[in-house]
Amino acid sequence: MSSATTTRGWDEFMEGIWKQNPVFVMVLGMCPTLAVTVSAINAISMGIATTFVLIASCGLVSLMRRIVPKEVRIATYIVIIATFVTAVDYFIQAISLALYDALGAFIQLIVVNCIILGRAEAHASKTPPLPAMVNAAGMGAGFTIGLLALGVVREILGNGTLFGLSLFGAGFQPWVIMVLPPGGFFVLGTWLLFFAWRARRKQSAEVTQHA
Amino acid sequence: MGTVEIRPAPHIRGERTVEKIMLNVVYSLVPVCLFYIYQYGISAFASILVVTGACLLTERWFVKTGTQSGNLADYSATITGMLLALTLPPGFPLWMGAVAGFVAIALGKGLFGGLGFNVFNPALVGRAFVQAAFPTAIATYTPSFLPGRFLEFIPSSLAWPLMMPADAATWLKAKQLDALAGATPLAKWKFEGILAEAGDLLTSLAGHMAVGPSPLLILACGAYLAFRRYLDWRIPTAILGGAGAVAWLLYLFGPGHYPNPFFMLFSGGLILGAVYMATDMATSPVTPRGMWIYGGLIGLLTVVIRYYSGLPEGVMYAILIGNAATPLIERITQPAPFGKGVFGGARKGASYPLHPGYISREEAGAVTPKKRILKNKPKADERRTPNS
Amino acid sequence: MLKTLGLVSGICGLVIVGSYQGTYEAVAANKRIAMERAVFKVVPAAKSIEEYYALDGGSIAKAGAEAPAGAVKFFAGYDEAGKLVGVAAAGGAKGYADTVRIMFGYDPACQCVKNIGVVSMRETPGIGDKIVKDKEFLANFEQLDAKLNAEMNALAHEIKTVKHGSKADAWQVDAIAGATITSRAVGKAINDTAQALLPKLVPNLDKIKDKS
Repeated sequence: MSSATTTRGWDEFMEGIWKQNPVFVMVLGMCPTLAVTVSAINAISMGIATTFVLIASCGLVSLMRRIVPKEVRIATYIVIIATFVTAVDYFIQAISLALYDALGAFIQLIVVNCIILGRAEAHASKTPPLPAMVNAAGMGAGFTIGLLALGVVREILGNGTLFGLSLFGAGFQPWVIMVLPPGGFFVLGTWLLFFAWRARRKQSAEVTQHA
Repeated sequence: MGTVEIRPAPHIRGERTVEKIMLNVVYSLVPVCLFYIYQYGISAFASILVVTGACLLTERWFVKTGTQSGNLADYSATITGMLLALTLPPGFPLWMGAVAGFVAIALGKGLFGGLGFNVFNPALVGRAFVQAAFPTAIATYTPSFLPGRFLEFIPSSLAWPLMMPADAATWLKAKQLDALAGATPLAKWKFEGILAEAGDLLTSLAGHMAVGPSPLLILACGAYLAFRRYLDWRIPTAILGGAGAVAWLLYLFGPGHYPNPFFMLFSGGLILGAVYMATDMATSPVTPRGMWIYGGLIGLLTVVIRYYSGLPEGVMYAILIGNAATPLIERITQPAPFGKGVFGGARKGASYPLHPGYISREEAGAVTPKKRILKNKPKADERRTPNS
Repeated sequence: MLKTLGLVSGICGLVIVGSYQGTYEAVAANKRIAMERAVFKVVPAAKSIEEYYALDGGSIAKAGAEAPAGAVKFFAGYDEAGKLVGVAAAGGAKGYADTVRIMFGYDPACQCVKNIGVVSMRETPGIGDKIVKDKEFLANFEQLDAKLNAEMNALAHEIKTVKHGSKADAWQVDAIAGATITSRAVGKAINDTAQALLPKLVPNLDKIKDKS
């Protein structure tokens, strides 16, 4: 029984990281994905902030799933999400103003990040709190990994650094385009290409196996 | 026993195949490239070689994946490479040139499905990418006809991959040349207010100017192609006419403020772009009226960007915008089918002589890579069927 | 339904108020540190700073919570002995992509602008952001003339950004080649703030020359 529960919990967690990865599979939350991933540290911070909001709001939504009237559920979810976003906003200001400036309006915009509302509506409102939060944690981790994948590439090419550490020495020629908005699209496109190619290959391998 | 092949029309094909057209374009580009090498020496030679090589390698890789039309032997990647190299500064670091070549073919052509399916001119996509990625390097020109140019590389050419190129200004100083000699005539005009002689620009033969290959030579090579009907004369004419007319009008209004129209026409990459890039068959309209609109739009945009934006040169973006507008232009310039008026209904008593212009490109059954219907590649499971 | 919504609002309110209270001091401290760091950068001799408003009527008031109308905020930097060593003020002007916000130091002794720091900008990396570290450009602000005219109501010479290589006078800013628009924004930001602040401040410098 307990092993079955852990497996299910593990599956719930892994769903967001791999099979339903919000960035590379569901292509949700593109606004922060493209905008704040100019460096790895920004990407991670954004990912963590979103993960926190995801876990907390999914937990609360799940707790209240029986008492929230159907007619006003979306409004209620938005209020709950907005609350935690405001809290995160304060926390980030308290931790580092530089980070707060770098992330800019995108912290507040977590409110309208469709990953969170989507999870609240599609999953947390039908699931008990614990699995809902595990699932939300997985989604948040998947989102963070997605952001990080973009942030690392863009920081290395656009700045020659990784987490602020210089990789190539002073003579590095930065690819300016990578820290500009088009660079976000290019890198995201390349990652999507890679994942689509992988999925295609896996599919055709499975077909061959079954035949 | 022989097989009977059943297939739809056309049954008679003209002699003009894609390969033949492309090969002729390559031939016509050779003198231009030679002149460029004569101007800038070994650096220009290496640049053409590396950029074209990068294009061919990328093309080969995409062809191998089997998901696109065209192949290496159709010379289209060679043209892309040569044109791209001609638009880059001669001392452009070779590794950046390779990046430009890769992006040109991969992003500009391969991802769209290959030859004939690209929306934008691949060479310009490559250039636009490096323009945004390495804005300093792409604005760093060196003067032409330097002594010893066939023996010595421009130092910035040989930068290590991913590393910053050497500063051209110190190198020029060592040669006792003004650092300003390394600015293009357009940049000099835009930022310093110095006008170059239109005649010097036309031949590119005057020493120590940072200019591309001679516009006169490019026009001659373009005239050969137009004469052999490998490119449509309307597009270059419309672009140069449009740019010239706008520049001339502005010159009339403010002769002190705006340069004379000949400077506009012969400077920068306008002639190269008008003759070789805007005429790319896959990315320009097929209707004759559309060609005039397309060319006029590019000419107008070029002058507007040069005069009113922060950039000294605008041909590249003008052509890319023109490429993007091509489907729309084609839609509004569809020739009316026989018997139909402009507004849809049949007009009584009107006669519709078949205008020869309407068949300009398709005449003699030319096989252009344009407007082919995407053949569905066999899917993985279908390919497997015979064995299972 | 009302009960539920009330409950949700109650919980949310608690969370928000709780986090606001919990982080208030840290946020305020962070903001102060960031501001001080910016001021110390442009007035390097300062050991402590005070925040003031230069008011319309030619008086100077300590900064409070509410800014009076027409007031220009500035920071006075004092050395260890409590003597005024420099004044810092912030300004902004439209650059290439967005407003470039800068902080500059004003030295009352030479009546000139000394040192600038960029507070925030979104200029093109590699081009516009040269204003932060381009040595030639920063050399403009070693001693940028900001004297007042005889009537003390405006600068004697407008601070102006000129084309690269054509700086002739002490009140001109030599632009970075290729980043003229951003350089111009810096010049305009300094000029706008200096024109607003200095006529009110300079006649009253005596009032703040010692740390209160």
